[in-house]
Amino acid sequence: MLQKASTYLYQHPKVSLALLLGPPLGYMLVVYFGSLLALLVNSFYRLDTFTGLIVREFTLSTYAKLFQKANFDIIVRTVSMAAAVTLTDAIFAFPLAYYMAKRASKKTKSFLFLGVMLPLWSSYLVRVYAWKLILAKEGIVSWFIRLFGLQGALDQLLALPGIGGSSLALSPIGVFLVFCYIWMPYMILPINAALERVPRNFEEASADLGANALLTFAKITLPLALPGVIAGSIFTFSLTLGDFIVPLSLGNSKFFIGQAVYSHQGTSGNIPLAAAFTMAPVLIMVIYLLVARKLGAFDAL
Amino acid sequence: MELYNAVTFFKVSKYFGDVAAVDEIDLEIKPGEFFSLLGPSGSGKTTSLRMIAGFDQPTRGNIYLFGRDVSHLPPYERPVNTVFQDYALFPHMNVGENIAYGLMIKRVPKKEQTERVQKMLALVQLEGMEKRKPSQLSGGQRQRVALARALINNPKVLLLDEPLGALDLKLRQQMQVELKALQQRLGITFIFVTHDQEEALTMSDRIAVFSQGRIQQIGTPAEMYENPANEFVAGFVGTSNLLRGELAERLVGEKGTFAIRPEKIQLKPADASATENETAVDGVLKDVVYLGLYTRYLVELEGGLDLVVIRQNLNASSMSELKRKSERVRLIWNQEHVHRLGS
Repeated sequence: MLQKASTYLYQHPKVSLALLLGPPLGYMLVVYFGSLLALLVNSFYRLDTFTGLIVREFTLSTYAKLFQKANFDIIVRTVSMAAAVTLTDAIFAFPLAYYMAKRASKKTKSFLFLGVMLPLWSSYLVRVYAWKLILAKEGIVSWFIRLFGLQGALDQLLALPGIGGSSLALSPIGVFLVFCYIWMPYMILPINAALERVPRNFEEASADLGANALLTFAKITLPLALPGVIAGSIFTFSLTLGDFIVPLSLGNSKFFIGQAVYSHQGTSGNIPLAAAFTMAPVLIMVIYLLVARKLGAFDAL
Repeated sequence: MELYNAVTFFKVSKYFGDVAAVDEIDLEIKPGEFFSLLGPSGSGKTTSLRMIAGFDQPTRGNIYLFGRDVSHLPPYERPVNTVFQDYALFPHMNVGENIAYGLMIKRVPKKEQTERVQKMLALVQLEGMEKRKPSQLSGGQRQRVALARALINNPKVLLLDEPLGALDLKLRQQMQVELKALQQRLGITFIFVTHDQEEALTMSDRIAVFSQGRIQQIGTPAEMYENPANEFVAGFVGTSNLLRGELAERLVGEKGTFAIRPEKIQLKPADASATENETAVDGVLKDVVYLGLYTRYLVELEGGLDLVVIRQNLNASSMSELKRKSERVRLIWNQEHVHRLGS
C-alpha cells in the first residue's frame, strides 16, 4: 500500500509537489495574507466618532489622521528608535558574528552560539522586567555609576530633552538599551550565517592582491556579508517598529506605534486607525527593501 | 644573473599545535625557475607555499624573497601573488573588476587599469569576457581569470596552489602546456604545488618532493625519476620495484635497498639468455592488465616477491597478451638501471 503510494508520487512529481507545498502555502495564503488583507481593507474604513461605529465605505480620511501632529510624532519616534536600534545592533553584532564564523575554535563557537541563543529560551516579558530592575534608580547600573562617581554624567544625560527621563528605567534611553539587547540575537545569527558562506580564502586572496585588513573588510567581507546584515536589520527594524511591551514597561508616557495600535483597537475601538497605523511599518519595510535592492545588497546572494 | 635566490627557506618549521606541518626545511629557488613542490596531502607542501605568500608565519626559521627577510611580513607587503586551488574569484565582482582588483587597491588610474586589464584578458585568451560574472564561467575560464588577476600585479614570484586540480584531464594537460609557455614568456619564478607527479615532471625545471613535513629530494625531473634518493621518492615519483634483503644480495650482489623502474625490465621467454652486464631472474606471470598505451605484467619471483613490468603495446594484437597469465617467464635488466636507495 505504502509502496504503491510511493510509486504513484514518484511517477507524478506534480502531485507530490502539491502535497508538499499545499499545507504551508494554504496556511500562508489564508492566515498570513488573509489577515494582512483584512488589515488593508479596514484601514480604508473610518470610525464614526459620534456613534462609535465603523463606517464600511472606502475613504482615505483614516490615513489622513496619521499625518496629524500627535500621530505623526508617534511614527517618527518609532522609526527613529528602530533605526537607532538597528544601527547599534549591526555595529555590535558584526564583530561577534565575524569572530564566531571565522576565528573561533569549534568549542568556543558552540559556546558563543549557546550564549547568543540562551536568552531566547526565557520569556521575553521576564527579560524586559529584569531590565526594568537593572536600570531602575536603585538598580545595579545606577549602583555602578555611583561607584565610579559618574552620577553627574548620568544626571546630565537624563536631563537631555527628548531622550531623558526620571531614571534610566523610565526614559527613551532605557527603551533603546533594552531594544538593543532584546533583538541582538536576531542580528548576530543572520550575519553569522552570511559570513559562514564567505570562504576564508577570499580574504587571503584580497590580502595577496595588496589590500590591508581595512580594505579587505570594505571591499570583500562587508559586501559579501551585506545580505546577512540586511536580513538582520529587517528583524531588528520590524520587531522594534511593532513592539509595545518595552516602551510600555520602560518608557515615558510617549507612545510608540505598537502602543498606538494596541490602544486604538482595544479601548477606543478605532480599528480603522489601528489598521492604518499597522500599514505604516509595512510600507516603510517595503521601501527599505527596495532601496537595499537598488544599492546592490542582494547581488551576492 | 641575479644576486639573490628568488625564495630561500632557512631552517623553516611550522607547527600547528604540537604537529610539525613543516619540519626544519631548507630550500633555494632561483629566479625564473619553474619549481614544483610535490607531495601527498599533509606533506607540508601547501603550508610551505602559504608561508611564502604570507598566509601563515613560520614558527621557527626564516624565509627570504630576493634576499629580504619576509618571514613575518603580511601578504600585502610581499612581491608575490597567488593562484588559489579553487580560484577564490570574488563573486560580487565581474571578470574585469576581479582582474583589476590589485590595481584598484593600489589606486592605479582608471584608464591605466582598463588598458592593463585588456592586456591581461588577451594574455589568457578571454577577450570580451570582462563583463561576465565568475559564476557564468567554466572551470577553465575561471582558472584563467585567477591567473590574470595575479599576473596583472607583475609579481616577482607567482605561487600556484594545485591550480589544475579541479579541471578534467584533457583541459589539465592543455593548461600544463600553456602555463609552462606563459612562464617561459614572462620569465618570472613560478612555484607550483601539486600532488600529481606526472604534472610536476611535465612542467618543472626542478622539483622538491615533500613527505611528512620534510623535503625528501630536490632535483630536475630526470634526476628525480632516474635517481630517486630514497624509497619514498622512488615510490611517489613514478612506480618502482624495490629489491631488498636476501633477494637484493642475490640479484645485485650487495646489501641494501635497490630500485628498478618497471619499463627498464625486459620480459623474455623462460629460455632467454642474458649478456654479461645483465641480470636474469625467473618468475611466473601472475597478472596481466591491458592499459591501452601499455600492458602491465605482475611477475611473481621464486621466493614470493612481485615485480611490476610494463611494456608498450607496439602491436595491434596486444590484447592477446592477456592469455599469457600463469606462463613462466624470464626477467632481464641491465645492471646500470638498478639504483641504490638511501634510507
